[in-house]
Amino acid sequence: MPKTVTYRHILAAAFALAMPGQLLAEDIKIGEINSYSGLPAFTEPYRKGWQLAVEEINAKGGINGKTLVVISKDDAGKPADAVTAANELVSKEGVVMLTGAFFSHIGLAISDFAAQKKIYYLAGEPLTDAVVWSKGNRYTFRLRPSNYMQAAMLAEEAAKLPAKRWATVAPNYEYGQSAVAVFKQLLSAKRPDIEWVGEQWPPQGKIDAGAVSEALEATKPEAILNVTFGPDLVKFVREGNTRGLFQGKTVVSFLTGEPEYLDPLKAETPEGWLTTGYPWYGIDTPEHQAFLKAYQAKYNDYPRLGSVVGYALMKSAAAVLTKANSTDTEKLITATENLKVGTPFGEVTFRAIDHQSTLGAFVGKTAVKDGKGVMVDFSYRDGAKYLPSDDEVKKLRPQN
Amino acid sequence: MQLVFVQFMTGLASAASLFLVASGLSIIFGVTRIVNFAHGAFYMLGAYVAYTLTERLTGVFGFWFALLAAAAFVALLGCLLEMVLLRRIYHAPELFQLLATFGVTLMVEDLVLIIWGPEDLVGPRAPGLAGAVVMFGKRIPSYDLFLIVLGPLVLAGLWVLFHRTRWGVLVRAATLDRGMVAALGINQKWLFTGVFALGVFLAALGGALQIPRDAVNHAMDLRIIVEAFVVVVIGGLGSTTGAFVAAIIVSELNAFGILVFPKISLVLVFVVMAIVLVVRPWGLFGKMPPPAQAAIGTTVRPWRPLNRTELIIAGIVVAFVALQPLWLSDYALTVGSEILIFTLFAASLHLLMTVGGLASFGHAAYFGLGCYGAAFGVHAAGLPMVLAIFAGPVLAAFGAAIVGWFAVSLSGVYFAMLTLAFSQIVWSIAFQWVSVTGGDNGILGIWPAPFASHPSGFFWLTLAFVVPALAFLHMVIFSPFGYALRATRDSELRAEAIGIDRKRVQWIAFVVAGAAAGLGGGLFAFLKGSVFPDVMGIPTSVDGLVMVLLGGIETVLGPIAGAVVFKALSIWLISQTDYSKLILGAAIVVIVLAFPKGIVGALSDWRARFAEWRSDPRPSPGAAAMMAAAGAGGISGRFADPDDVAKKSVSGRAKP
Repeated sequence: MPKTVTYRHILAAAFALAMPGQLLAEDIKIGEINSYSGLPAFTEPYRKGWQLAVEEINAKGGINGKTLVVISKDDAGKPADAVTAANELVSKEGVVMLTGAFFSHIGLAISDFAAQKKIYYLAGEPLTDAVVWSKGNRYTFRLRPSNYMQAAMLAEEAAKLPAKRWATVAPNYEYGQSAVAVFKQLLSAKRPDIEWVGEQWPPQGKIDAGAVSEALEATKPEAILNVTFGPDLVKFVREGNTRGLFQGKTVVSFLTGEPEYLDPLKAETPEGWLTTGYPWYGIDTPEHQAFLKAYQAKYNDYPRLGSVVGYALMKSAAAVLTKANSTDTEKLITATENLKVGTPFGEVTFRAIDHQSTLGAFVGKTAVKDGKGVMVDFSYRDGAKYLPSDDEVKKLRPQN
Repeated sequence: MQLVFVQFMTGLASAASLFLVASGLSIIFGVTRIVNFAHGAFYMLGAYVAYTLTERLTGVFGFWFALLAAAAFVALLGCLLEMVLLRRIYHAPELFQLLATFGVTLMVEDLVLIIWGPEDLVGPRAPGLAGAVVMFGKRIPSYDLFLIVLGPLVLAGLWVLFHRTRWGVLVRAATLDRGMVAALGINQKWLFTGVFALGVFLAALGGALQIPRDAVNHAMDLRIIVEAFVVVVIGGLGSTTGAFVAAIIVSELNAFGILVFPKISLVLVFVVMAIVLVVRPWGLFGKMPPPAQAAIGTTVRPWRPLNRTELIIAGIVVAFVALQPLWLSDYALTVGSEILIFTLFAASLHLLMTVGGLASFGHAAYFGLGCYGAAFGVHAAGLPMVLAIFAGPVLAAFGAAIVGWFAVSLSGVYFAMLTLAFSQIVWSIAFQWVSVTGGDNGILGIWPAPFASHPSGFFWLTLAFVVPALAFLHMVIFSPFGYALRATRDSELRAEAIGIDRKRVQWIAFVVAGAAAGLGGGLFAFLKGSVFPDVMGIPTSVDGLVMVLLGGIETVLGPIAGAVVFKALSIWLISQTDYSKLILGAAIVVIVLAFPKGIVGALSDWRARFAEWRSDPRPSPGAAAMMAAAGAGGISGRFADPDDVAKKSVSGRAKP
């Protein structure tokens, strides 16, 4: 439509005339979106994490001499509102890239927006494999180890267990469904003798924990895979403890070792669960110690996993912008592919093949120490080792 | 056998906590006719306050005292709310109190976050009841046994209160006939306050009792409120016994259902409610409700279509809106498109609520079906954008035709709840049918055609769809069909007596409203580029209700003003602050107090008074400016000429 084009020209001209100051500004703006009002237990520490990173980046001279500015928006936990926020950040604030999101569907909505508007998007938290694989696009990168990677880490340990009869409990939405599916697939591949005897799918946030515990018990499993988290996890653990569900059974559990979910359980933390998490109190690497000291000095509080994600996310964004030395989307994409970034968990690489970073996770066992839940016998698993082969990735991700 | 026993017991324990909350809701509704949306907020406050108290008061006595004290404290807050807020708006149209309590709920959600912080809080176990009792070789938590006993005790206590005390007898009388109780010289004020406090006490106690088994968190309120409503409706409004039985049915079906279908919890309560309401329209123990109090139609000034001058004004307003892309920024235009879409959504709900007197609590289903229709149109059928947008209303009308067929047999709150149930069933299909709908990962890549890909292009496209649709809805209101619909609203019996087929008329209205909402949904899908099940969730339905109520339920143009104000405010607040709910909630409460008839309702009242005061019926520039302000920049498109409305309203008024 010629009409639109002329109109666009007029608009562009008007913009150029009206805002020369903004075009010349020595700031680089990043747009950040997350569920601040919907999921504060995660996003508050997350925000502290990225704020610390921004402070450090600018103290060290910013992005090639320019100040890094992060404009942060709340998505109210809804994908439609996240798209509104993305629109505001891109067309009103003129940010050079988008970062953030917690929920998988919101991450997908933003990544689709990014592909449509040809803007760079660095996802932090969304765990769904679809972000980089089945719905992946060239504008989207993701920092955190995906569902697949965490499942692979846990399945590797689970395969060493003697248990043969397994039951699963997971929240009934995409995250829970794909966590269970991948874990089953990987564990069955390693251990063909394993039998999947039962599954429970409570709605997220509405678990009827007593009934679910008994339904699991009725299938007489030797081991249980748990994917519930948050208040559901608390209820499930409490009912399971009281009813003796976990006695004599091994439990493998997604995310339970993250302080966000472990700390509320206090003395009721179940012992000996095999889980992924973040034992901030026991990681002695110099990178992590430096992060921990800076975080505690600034906030007088200990970091949660969200803090690490927020911190590493903004450090990655800064590394991309520094390396690209440009705000052009194509140059940002090229700069990110195979980029190595230092994080509190060590150096990670953003893979060119699927735009997933190789950030890993800690795998260990839960225990109670001084009335608090902690992780013990843990070790860091490098994400790079828990991804499928390149050929498989090419099949999983649309190639164009 | 063991399993049957143990599931039965867990079902009973869940039922007991559900019953406490539901009984409070039922009592409040029965007497005050308030649909207390804040009930869940009080439940949550009960849990939070009890958590704080149990942290300080330990030991057996301390623990139980803390629970009761927490419930009593929250009940006091309830009293305060009733006296300060609700008392002022009892005379407002029915459902308006829903808006007030919704505002309070929003505020409480953020206040809880500010006071108690974002983390989940895990309170102590009940002293002496932390363990389990072995029965038939199974470990039953002692706290469950305590709850199982407590449920019937509370039921018995309520029975004694209502049947053996003077206060209780008055309350029951008020449930049956408020007007008669008032005529007999009973001070309704304190009766209502007392009932409200009792209901809130039960809700808060229900929340406090969750401490030993749940994590106290800021999403508790929404988790319980819908379920509590469902239980009340299944049991029959105002019947505590009904609520008790319904709580047991729902909980037991869930406990046993998950053994067979582990994914059933998602939708079970709504399926049960839909079946019960289709078979027994007033719930298990409910009775046919007394004739509605003042129907909407008797309290309004007569409606009339736009006259020639007003049409010209409306045309100018539309032209003005159409010119916005010349100076508004891209972002403002995107927001503008979203607001336009929601005016259509609100106007479609308005057709049902105000014109038809049928308040739907599940209107988001048709908006969502519209979104999915457009998404299927693009991806499955490969339709071009404009045709795909039309696939939205087609799918929505189809859904509305099925739901409406069942729903129009009911009225009032039962109608509202049946539509809610169906909308949740539709939502769960979208959520669960992953192979077709993509589940909660949704459908991506629904972007507009190149000519509408720029925000200004899409704004014009939206306008080109929304304005004719709004005009059509307006024509429907003033068509013979619209008059028939209003007749069924104002008097069912008389309408049927003069040969109006009530069900058919209401069913057609339901389908028209659904299709109009679906058109909005189709546009919305292209605006956002992706569709997710949450678009047909309860929050979207509530947003629609809030828009209509905010604008003024008794007015023709209310939904447009309401949608513009609510949507613009909420988008702006979400962008500006993390505490958008607190401010939005406070704004709603203030609006409710300032304009008990809604924004447009209040403005036409003022103008009527102004015109009465001034015999000269010239339009006052002040009032006209206020009207324009309420229309928020004139996007409303079809504002009545103040002059004429004033004349009509004066002549239409009954002489005192």
